[in-house]
Amino acid sequence: MASPRPSSGSWRASLSRLGDRAETPIQAVIYMFGWSSIICVIAIFVFLFLGAGPMLFKLNWVEFFTSTNWHPKDDGAAPASYGVLAMVIGNLAVASLAMCLAIPAGLAAAVYISEFAGSKSREWLKIAIETLAAIPSIVWGFIGVTIISPLLIKYAGASMGQNLLNGAIILGLMSVPLVVSLAEDALRAVPDSYREAALALGANRWEIVYRVLFPAAKNGLLAACMLGVGRAIGETMAVLLATGNKNQIPTSLIDPISTLTATIASEMGDAVQGQPHAQVLFIIGLLLLVITCSINIIASIVIRGSKENR
Amino acid sequence: MNTPAVTNQPHNPFASTDFEHVKERRAATAKWVTLALSVLLVIPMVWIISLMAIKAAPVLSWDYLTQDVSRMGAAGGIWGPLIGTFWLTLVCLLLVAPIGIGAGIYLNEYAKDTAFTRAILIAVTSLAGVPSIVHALFGLGAFVGAMRLGLSLASAALTLAVMTLPIIIASTREALASVPRNFREACWNLGASKWQTIRTIVLPNAISGILTGVILVVARAAGETAPIMLTGAAAYFKLSPHFPERLAPYALGDQFMAMSYHLNLICRDVPNMSEAMKFGSAFVLLLLILLINSVSIAVRVTLRRRKRW
Repeated sequence: MASPRPSSGSWRASLSRLGDRAETPIQAVIYMFGWSSIICVIAIFVFLFLGAGPMLFKLNWVEFFTSTNWHPKDDGAAPASYGVLAMVIGNLAVASLAMCLAIPAGLAAAVYISEFAGSKSREWLKIAIETLAAIPSIVWGFIGVTIISPLLIKYAGASMGQNLLNGAIILGLMSVPLVVSLAEDALRAVPDSYREAALALGANRWEIVYRVLFPAAKNGLLAACMLGVGRAIGETMAVLLATGNKNQIPTSLIDPISTLTATIASEMGDAVQGQPHAQVLFIIGLLLLVITCSINIIASIVIRGSKENR
Repeated sequence: MNTPAVTNQPHNPFASTDFEHVKERRAATAKWVTLALSVLLVIPMVWIISLMAIKAAPVLSWDYLTQDVSRMGAAGGIWGPLIGTFWLTLVCLLLVAPIGIGAGIYLNEYAKDTAFTRAILIAVTSLAGVPSIVHALFGLGAFVGAMRLGLSLASAALTLAVMTLPIIIASTREALASVPRNFREACWNLGASKWQTIRTIVLPNAISGILTGVILVVARAAGETAPIMLTGAAAYFKLSPHFPERLAPYALGDQFMAMSYHLNLICRDVPNMSEAMKFGSAFVLLLLILLINSVSIAVRVTLRRRKRW
């Protein structure tokens, strides 16, 4: 522990005196920094609205949500048309498939780490999970293109390796660490007295898990799954590379698809700022922002609810 | 003389019943099933990393790291993207670390439990959940457009700073919250003011957690692609061939190359690119991130050992 006050006469002492005199300005700066996150969130909304501009009023919203016809450039052959239904379905399809992989595996790993593992294996598993979480999304995309895609062509009979299933596998592996760490937090948050009470009544480890911990931590576990879904919906680069980026409603697991995120990423570079195409891409961004923010806020309410119940 | 065979053991009141056997077996099965699923998560990771290492091995050399990119990455090395990622991450860190740590201090030490504080906490969680491509759009509108920074290193670093802000706030807050309250009370009783207590007692005791957060931000910023793709990353930037300029080739207002964006280009089928060159870039980026990440794990483990409570 650092000593509260260094001995006088040294440079540290003068620095320390300076630090004490600067108390008020430093606190003012800290208060300002404290509001930074709220300023950022408001700024994000404002600039997305500004980017969307007049298109917010001109856009045919019914067509936007119900048509699969995405033809953003008015090239003379056909008028511009902005329908995102196929992308929304693609986004939901790849995210929910990914969750089918990530949630069972993630919850199981969380249960093992928090309830069954010894301290050594717990430490190693957590490091492995953290490493999995650290791999950047572009590297996952690369893995999807170069490693998983040939496997799918060979064993799943896909004509194109970059498809819904590829994206779901990659996205599942990507969102598992988040589910594991949040679910483990939720299990940890259950007081030990619950476990001890169950133990005293003759329950063994597994009975404690599914009769006591699951009911007690259900809100936290639910929030973990929700945040995993939010993560999967918002993921961009890996999905862009691994799903083939083809605007169609998927009819099988090995169809290439397109998602909202991937569309923005692949088309924004070519779109001219201030033109309808770029503005519609900003509207898609707003749609994504609203979806992920509501998932996050609902999840934090669910977690808060679980804390207040206890 | 034959003693009668013991046909009936005296009833042992402590023997496990069939029901208890079943319970035990269920618990053991559950343990192994959850273990198997956990290991199932680790196997693909180990397999993928080793596969990438094997395929990248033929090109990995000092020359590969220090030569310029040529023919869209199909030849030459990766010096431009590598040094670009370094400067991008550094600028982003200089922007986000003071603000994020300050915000963490505010939330844990100063903020009272008011509606406004709760709004800030909701903002932090929402910001953490904003998709990276939405951050890219924000950076494009705010920094490239409204602030007139153009497509540049500065715009990209600012965008990444906004994106990584919630990570550093959350980890600072957690680190500060783990310092026991009676440390603070002892210091206040000695007559120290609030800021003196924070500076001399709270921050030194929370430094490992804060550092871990900072390193996590570095790893995240170095690997992120979508936000820099729209705010200033370039496919190619001609580097000066001379030595000192090669270490800092990009000005704040220049476009720049970065490892993650370079990898993104490579994934789109560069003509005549050998498999080893592709895997080379991917593996170098992966290795870089994993190294940063293991530094964070090492910091956490060593500093936790030195903790005295």
